Amino acid sequence: MGRSFDTIRFRAEACDACGQCVIACARAKTGTDDTSRARLQILGGGTEGAELALCRQCTDPQCAAVCPSASLAKDPDSGVVTWEAETCVDCLLCTVGCAYGGIASDPVAGHVAKCDLCDGAPECVAACDRGALEHVTASRLYNTQHEREDLFAPGLSACHGCNSELLIRHTMRHIGRETVVAAPPGCIPGMGVVGYNGQTGCKVPVFHPLLTNTAAMLAGLKTQYARAGRDVTMVALAGDGGTVDVGFQSLSGAAARNDPMLFICVDNEGYMNTGMQASGSTSYGSWTSTTPVGEHMQGKSGDAKSLPMLMMMHNGAYVATASTAFLEDYHEKLEKAYATAQHGFAYLHVYAPCPTGWRFPAALTTEVCRRQVETNFVTLWEYTRDGGLRFTRPVEGRRPIGDYVEMIGKYRHLDQTHLDVIQHQVDERVAFLRRFAAPAGG
Amino acid sequence: MPDTDYLIVGSSHAALEAVTAIRMHDHSGSVTLVTRDRHPPYSPTILPYVVSGRAKPERVPLRDSGWFAAQGATFVREDALVGLDPDAFTARLESGAMWRYGKLLLATGARPVVPDIAGLETVPRHVLRTLDDAVALREAIGAARRAVVLGAGLVGMHAAENLVTAGLDVTIVERGAHPLPLYFGATAAAMIGQAFAARGARLLCGRTVASAQGGGDGAVALALDDGETLATDLLVVAAGVVPETGYLAGTDIGLGAAGGILVDAHMRTTRPGIWAAGDVTEGPAFGGGVAVSGILPSAVDQGRIAGMDMAGDRVPPYDGAIPLNTYAAFGRHAVSVGDALAEGDDLDVHEDGDPETGRYRRLVLRDGRLVGATVIGEAIDGGILRQLILRRTDLTPVKDAFLAAPRDTARVLMSRLWR
Ligand SMILES: Cc1cc2nc3c(=O)[nH]c(=O)nc-3n(C[C@H](O)[C@H](O)[C@H](O)COP(=O)(O)OP(=O)(O)OC[C@H]3O[C@@H](n4cnc5c(N)ncnc54)[C@H](O)[C@@H]3O)c2cc1C
Repeated sequence: MGRSFDTIRFRAEACDACGQCVIACARAKTGTDDTSRARLQILGGGTEGAELALCRQCTDPQCAAVCPSASLAKDPDSGVVTWEAETCVDCLLCTVGCAYGGIASDPVAGHVAKCDLCDGAPECVAACDRGALEHVTASRLYNTQHEREDLFAPGLSACHGCNSELLIRHTMRHIGRETVVAAPPGCIPGMGVVGYNGQTGCKVPVFHPLLTNTAAMLAGLKTQYARAGRDVTMVALAGDGGTVDVGFQSLSGAAARNDPMLFICVDNEGYMNTGMQASGSTSYGSWTSTTPVGEHMQGKSGDAKSLPMLMMMHNGAYVATASTAFLEDYHEKLEKAYATAQHGFAYLHVYAPCPTGWRFPAALTTEVCRRQVETNFVTLWEYTRDGGLRFTRPVEGRRPIGDYVEMIGKYRHLDQTHLDVIQHQVDERVAFLRRFAAPAGG
Repeated sequence: MPDTDYLIVGSSHAALEAVTAIRMHDHSGSVTLVTRDRHPPYSPTILPYVVSGRAKPERVPLRDSGWFAAQGATFVREDALVGLDPDAFTARLESGAMWRYGKLLLATGARPVVPDIAGLETVPRHVLRTLDDAVALREAIGAARRAVVLGAGLVGMHAAENLVTAGLDVTIVERGAHPLPLYFGATAAAMIGQAFAARGARLLCGRTVASAQGGGDGAVALALDDGETLATDLLVVAAGVVPETGYLAGTDIGLGAAGGILVDAHMRTTRPGIWAAGDVTEGPAFGGGVAVSGILPSAVDQGRIAGMDMAGDRVPPYDGAIPLNTYAAFGRHAVSVGDALAEGDDLDVHEDGDPETGRYRRLVLRDGRLVGATVIGEAIDGGILRQLILRRTDLTPVKDAFLAAPRDTARVLMSRLWR
């Protein structure tokens, strides 16, 4: 119970119905090129776009519910809806139960056939070079995370829809108990991480430094623990105010000295817990209480400061940006950052769109995060001293910035001129970053 | 007096599905399943394959004891519900045990009808509803040379096919004008009938049995309405089923015209605290009215709804039962979905078939929407057609494509709907 499973994701917009996946499936499953026998079928493909008939490996499979011989069942380990040849009586009731065309009669074999995800390495996905089929394995991550200890108290009181709780729980489960957490003033202590009434909100030592001295205090603590012969990781969970503005001086010093710590900036573009004032990280055009929309002002008039770029220019040992819409990417970076933090300075900049302060529906946070990446408003990359800058999730054919801006209330007043400015900023930022990217293959 | 929060009577599709649904919502309430059968849960639908030998009786259980343990459900076998006191919330079993329940689900299915034919009650005969029936029929086949099947419904035709394949001399007697009258129209039925005739079976349609008489050696003589006499070693009665509701005697729980327990769109009976699901019910039909659905997929749907509602889970009202049947005669598959036999001026019916190749199609549309379909000898996703009917999907923009290639067109529509 409670496990997640691999799935195959279909991106119709990328599919040109070339049929390679269907051939690969027929070969793998029937040893022939007879595509009518393949377990996935691509249909259409004209101007209307391609469509897919494939087993969804349902959590609550109807094919199995209506099977009179108990020949279909969801495998509790792999999540595959398995079919047993020996007991199947070929009554076809499963094909009446399934609403996806995911199980159908193989006319040559004389019985039904369905996708079994090729034991975890689907041939159709391997054969697709259009990026239309994707083997989504994030489940493996969730399952391992689930087995690890949650180091935060239940019931942290973040605003509805805030992704920082997700981020913090994932982070702390991943890096474990031998940790000291610094949470400078901001939403993160505000939601209870440092605790209330003398009780802490987490199961590792946590403290509440000033906005100004977070990095300096962690550097000192690390030295102290090292003297005592203890191997403890220093972690900052700071907002953009405590990083980009007020905390910058001590942060800059720690980065320049390569002080061992993992500094995580959770960027919601402003001082959201004190009344939504603008910070250095607030993006152009944003409404905040200090960059209002009126007769003259149209939200923030300048661009945001890019802290991750600044950290790269400090030659930090490990610097990366991340989005909670791409948790596998985040975990890879977290692992590297954690390893780096044992001996040097690691910085992670994670974006935290704020439903309360930015005014968008709480249910859309992950979609907003995804859209940030799809429009290149946020670029996902990492920097190491040896490898230089590397885009970890390059976006082909970025969506226009309007697709992102339209989701968010704080941009509601913007007109096309503003959009053009933002689009220009985004494209310029990507072009700028590209200059730091190691050449392909390098 | 033993007591349980949920008492489920029956151990087939509707009952099992209800247990799963209850456990999705209520982890701790006590659940007890009581069944008349002596076997672990199995599906009546598997029985023709037990008769043919394709399914081994020991391989048919739908669930094992591990499943009951995992669900935290108590399973009581070989005890039947014989009486109810809905005011006292008690149920009386054949063994004399009285159970007090919080909520009761009646999922007792149906039992074969023995038609009112002089002498039939007394002659040796077989029916097919329980695993023991199937094993008995399988054993009897070995000793018989001639067989008569009364009724050419799905059960009768399945049984007849088994008998034909086993090499018996088979006669099927059907009151209606053609076999499978409830599922297939004349053309489709004729194609199925031919498959039987080609293998030497006799199909007597539009005929009834007037009387039955036993011979001393287990043989039976049947007199038909036209005077013909059929002598047989083996008689299978497959003249339909009626809901199994004997235990309701003395209660005021509402029954419908066809004898099923009346249920609403949440599978509630007319008495509080009592739900019913599956073949035993007479409930909402898709498109209006009430019906005894009598098919496995409806039992699953209804069991699920009943379980959810019993546990206090939020459940959308039942769409109503849609006929869904798959049938295979000698390896050729037929699927019928929805109102496949519908006739009428307001309907747009597309029928084409070729008895030579064994392919047949009847697609019935109303106002550009699918209401029913029969497809034989050709690949089709019954589950997708069912969705198109349920969702009343407008097929007007793709009608030509749909009529030319129903399977692929339906798949495209469905894929688009899901995305
Ligand atoms: C031979 C055959 C072939 C079939 N083929 C198909 C097919 O191809 N497709 C299809 O959709 N449907 C088919 N059906 C119908 C399908 O099997 C039923 O619709 C389905 O099993 C109904 O499930 P149910 O849970 O409502 O009841 P049932 O399966 O009838 O189960 C009733 C349960 O209640 C128990 N019970 C009965 N009375 C009592 C009592 N007084 N006390 C305690 N327990 C009791 C029984 O032991 C049994 O466990 C077929 C049926 C038969 C007999």
